[in-house]
Amino acid sequence: MEQLIVDLTLILDSTTRLAVPLILACLAGLYSERAGIVDIGLEGKLLAGAFAAAATAAVTGSAWLGLLAGIGAALVFSGIHGLASINFKGNQAISGVALNFLAAGLTTFLGQSWFKRGGYTPQLSGDRRFNPITLPFANELREVPIIGQIYYELISGHNIITYFAFIAVPVTAWVLFRTRFGLRLRAVGENPKAIDTAGISVTRLRYQALIITAVLVGIGGAYLSIAQSAGFNNNMSAGRGYIALAALIFAKWRPGPALLVCLMFGFLDAVQFRIQGQEFPIIGEVPVQAIQALPYILTVILLAGFVGRAVAPKASGIPYTKER
Amino acid sequence: MNTLPRWADIALLPVLNVVLAFLVGGLIVLAVGQNPLEAVGIMLYGAFGYGSGFGYTLYYTTDFIFAGLAVSLAYHAGLFNIGPEGQAYVGGLGVILIGLALNGTHWAIMFPLMIIVGALFGATWAFVPGYLQAKRGSHIVITTILFNFIATSMMSYIISRQLKPAGVNSDESAPLEAITRVPQLRTFIDLFKNSPVNLTFFLAIAALIFVYWLIWHTKFGYAVRSLGNNPVAAGYAGISNQKLIMIVMAMAGALAAMVAVNNVGGVQGRLILNFVNGAGFVGVAVAFMGRAHPVGVGLSALLFGILYQGGQELAFQMPGITREMIVTIQALVILFTGAMGDMLRAPLARLLTRAGATAGGK
Amino acid sequence: MTSPNPSDHQRPERAADSSLAIELIGINKHFGPVHANRDINLAIKRGTVHGIVGENGAGKSTLMSILYGFYTADSGEIRVNGVPHAITDSRHALALGIGMVHQHFMLVDNFTVLENIVLGAEDSALLRPTLNKAREHLKQLARDYGLEINPDAIVENLSVGQQQRVEILKALYRGAETLILDEPTGVLTPAEADHLFRILRKLREEGKTIILITHKLREIMAITDEVSVMRQGTMVQTLNTSDTSPEQLAELMVGRRVLLRVEKGPANPGKVLLDVKDLIVSDDFKVPRVKNVSFQVRAGEIVGIAGVAGNGQSELLESIAGMRDQLGGTISVNGNVLSLDGDDGAKRARDAGLAHVPEDRLRMGLITNFAAWENAILGYQDKYGSGLGLDIAKARETATEYMKKFDVRPASLDLKTANFSGGNQQKIVLAREMERDPDVLIVGQPTRGVDIGAIEFIHNQIIKMRDAGKAILLVSVELDEIRSLSDRILVMFDGHIVGEADPATADETELGLLMTGSHPDRVVTEPGTLPEHETPIQQTLVQMSPKNNAGRETN
Repeated sequence: MEQLIVDLTLILDSTTRLAVPLILACLAGLYSERAGIVDIGLEGKLLAGAFAAAATAAVTGSAWLGLLAGIGAALVFSGIHGLASINFKGNQAISGVALNFLAAGLTTFLGQSWFKRGGYTPQLSGDRRFNPITLPFANELREVPIIGQIYYELISGHNIITYFAFIAVPVTAWVLFRTRFGLRLRAVGENPKAIDTAGISVTRLRYQALIITAVLVGIGGAYLSIAQSAGFNNNMSAGRGYIALAALIFAKWRPGPALLVCLMFGFLDAVQFRIQGQEFPIIGEVPVQAIQALPYILTVILLAGFVGRAVAPKASGIPYTKER
Repeated sequence: MNTLPRWADIALLPVLNVVLAFLVGGLIVLAVGQNPLEAVGIMLYGAFGYGSGFGYTLYYTTDFIFAGLAVSLAYHAGLFNIGPEGQAYVGGLGVILIGLALNGTHWAIMFPLMIIVGALFGATWAFVPGYLQAKRGSHIVITTILFNFIATSMMSYIISRQLKPAGVNSDESAPLEAITRVPQLRTFIDLFKNSPVNLTFFLAIAALIFVYWLIWHTKFGYAVRSLGNNPVAAGYAGISNQKLIMIVMAMAGALAAMVAVNNVGGVQGRLILNFVNGAGFVGVAVAFMGRAHPVGVGLSALLFGILYQGGQELAFQMPGITREMIVTIQALVILFTGAMGDMLRAPLARLLTRAGATAGGK
Repeated sequence: MTSPNPSDHQRPERAADSSLAIELIGINKHFGPVHANRDINLAIKRGTVHGIVGENGAGKSTLMSILYGFYTADSGEIRVNGVPHAITDSRHALALGIGMVHQHFMLVDNFTVLENIVLGAEDSALLRPTLNKAREHLKQLARDYGLEINPDAIVENLSVGQQQRVEILKALYRGAETLILDEPTGVLTPAEADHLFRILRKLREEGKTIILITHKLREIMAITDEVSVMRQGTMVQTLNTSDTSPEQLAELMVGRRVLLRVEKGPANPGKVLLDVKDLIVSDDFKVPRVKNVSFQVRAGEIVGIAGVAGNGQSELLESIAGMRDQLGGTISVNGNVLSLDGDDGAKRARDAGLAHVPEDRLRMGLITNFAAWENAILGYQDKYGSGLGLDIAKARETATEYMKKFDVRPASLDLKTANFSGGNQQKIVLAREMERDPDVLIVGQPTRGVDIGAIEFIHNQIIKMRDAGKAILLVSVELDEIRSLSDRILVMFDGHIVGEADPATADETELGLLMTGSHPDRVVTEPGTLPEHETPIQQTLVQMSPKNNAGRETN
């Protein structure tokens, strides 16, 4: 029993860690999609953010500057997406795909040019990373059975971005449903004309959404390279941007359910490590590739609507043009 | 209303967009302290300067034509297929399975067989996202991307656990016998010395012509374009949108799978882990740059062939520039010709109108 | 100034030196090559209802959008209460007390009434105080103008009439002194339209100025004090309503004498060609819209379906055309029951001898990105060429023939269909569907967005088809069109056929009542509330619902 709780706590602990980038990317997508902009480029922003953060942290020696750089890179990408999809009324899916390629190409190219380590950035340690924070009394309570253990293992001992991600969920819900900005954001994704005729700039509002998206996904990218890992490596986002999008759809563009879906994906990831190499009755050893493919397969199933249908914000993906 | 003259719309604007993409690419090269002009010179030499270089250029062009057509055909039906990478990969399984099953048979029999079985495998892999889009409303972009990931895992398992012969270290299948492989052009033409360009190149040219005919000169193509332009009107015209989506995706997958005939059947003679190596993704850029028209696809595939072959040369001569620069260029091409394709339209129209007015006033 | 003032209507009377609420002087507006407004001058007296009439595309909506700040004029001056203002955006217009109720409502469907009302007029970064205040304010507006509404209702659950009320409340909440209404009765039932006009009168009594854009002359006669007529982007004339007549207005609108009647002989009904039995059809959201409908159309007759838009006519039409699965019942063409499984039922319907002119040509009937010749064979593409190949030469031949016969201009085979005028686009569709010699022709909104010259031509073609022994089913929300073309009229309400009328003898009032539900349990009118002189308004019916129009392809 004791051991079970310890095991469970450990799995949940790694669930939390693995879910953080998904949560941040998912919330990021929530802002832009609620504003009517489809953001397939989340994957690219995550990757660009991860690279910029690791490169900057390696050079400056500061994780915080790395974080800022990660956000900055995501902002540049969001800016391009905004230009293409808001100003030039281009196809948002194409723009997103282009940005994903751009991130994949640029991060490796620049990484190789700058650091000459085959696309890897230098190993980061100390202040160059976000290290775990021990919450007050965690060590003291460690010996208390169950509650103390859970507090020590699960609640305490994460880095600051993890705490930020979990706080960002209720904050997003509050912004979305309790503030003027949230009201307008939801309106512009449903019916931009209602916003325009109320005398509010659709363009400005959508850019504001894209900025928030960039900040969140940039932090998510930084988490990958300077919090969860100790450096950047090629394509380290590994499709998390797409999974976050799927989670968003499954959560019907609501923050609370988004958190749950992301945790579920995180849990799957955490369990993955446990099943690898283990023998199971009947099926025997599960090939590692099957486990790797599992999140993608699950995402396909979710998207196929076998687990409930979702209705996207109505204006989503459609550039706003004043009708003539 | 900024209407461009037809020539400007089909030629000038796309060319300007491509130029813009390359300018930005040049700036990035400049930013890492390399000389972009020197780079271009080296690339052109690598692509055309000697026989085997030219052969490699055509070999890459072959891949990109198929991948570009796979994206283009789907695009005419309003479907954004980002899955040629995975479709080609799975197509490779079909090619090697039939190849190994009839190993030793003469290529004159095997070439068509590899085409058919490879196409079947690629088509099946693309059919599923098509089915999910048609019947379940899944977003084809995301599904095809996910299918690339799934293909990577699945093929890695099949190659390393099933196809790999005992005693072989690298992840690859058993080899095809020389007589079974698609013959390389160097056996007929001396010019292509050590290059891998093979008969599949002519298949690519045939595919360009076929797709042109299919889209603009058949009832099927009419239906495809109806669906792509206005699905409601296509339904009104008695066209089954769902059926057509699935058929078009399957055909796109079959086209993508021809990349495998070129590589597995023609060059390597075996199925190697990750043999597609981004060619499928290049297809996305090729399709947008070529505006999904076979002539445009042929030309942009050639351009990317030059970039790839020239890029190999470049990596030797200028170690500061890696192959990934090509991926960056590819992204910029998609961005400027696809997503921001209309950015220059209004200014260009204004310019031409003004020029016309000045000329007329004289 | 966006903060609303609950006591707006109690403001002291403004100085009498300027009796004009709005003056537009020399307004010009281009959209590319189109000169949408040409030197427009217009003066609107405070405390009046001022009508603006004109055909589709006359420039009424553009002009009002300029006043509301949605578009900016290329040149010209706007004066509000005698003071010139350069109105830069809608917020500015609202600050000047100008509010607008658009033809297609500018509401967020999944928001509550209250959220819609405060959107863009919030007082602070947090919503709660604004919402509380707006709730109180709404109660007062309800008291003052009879605009009751549940502030917590979700907008998409409201009837169109109620949604329009929300739009009016939105404007009043923002302190509008001048209210522009763009085709407000287009989507309303006669009773709702009636109620709207009562509200407008009430607003006028309270000193508000109302600008009413419409193309329905009866409404103008019934409620306005003054009326301005627009034609092809110019302002033709402003008249006192009491000094004019519908005939005079119609002539001013069109620029020539209008023959509003269609010449046709008596019908000669033959055998049943279209037989619809117990048909049940639902819309895209699985809501049943056609409920147990049965009727027949015989050779050589035109059966018109009258009804307020959104009562199931569109679904009925699309279902017969094979584009919508039916939940029950049968459709037979020429004695053969159509099988409508799958999403290519339209093909089988065509093969059975049915041709379909859809309600919305841009959404359904044409591929605007195609050349004219390609659209001339849409739906019949399989008849061109034997094997896989498309016989382009034959298709172009057909298109040339159609263009000549239907006088399509310009007669250019390769011109993109998007570049034809509405009337010429409609002629391409009509030629394609009529020239195939079908047994049954179903036609939706044959003259929507079509200029008057083309209307006469189209009506004559339909009559010709009838006289050639075809069975014709006509759906239109223009009651006049139904009455002048049909040999029998079926009235549809809430998915049911609620009555049949003979166009020769049917009284408009009777039709109007049928169209709003004659079942005792479906009466939506408020009996006894209609003063004598308001009855003509009941005959006013609908042109297009935003729902029918909303799905336009955006690609």
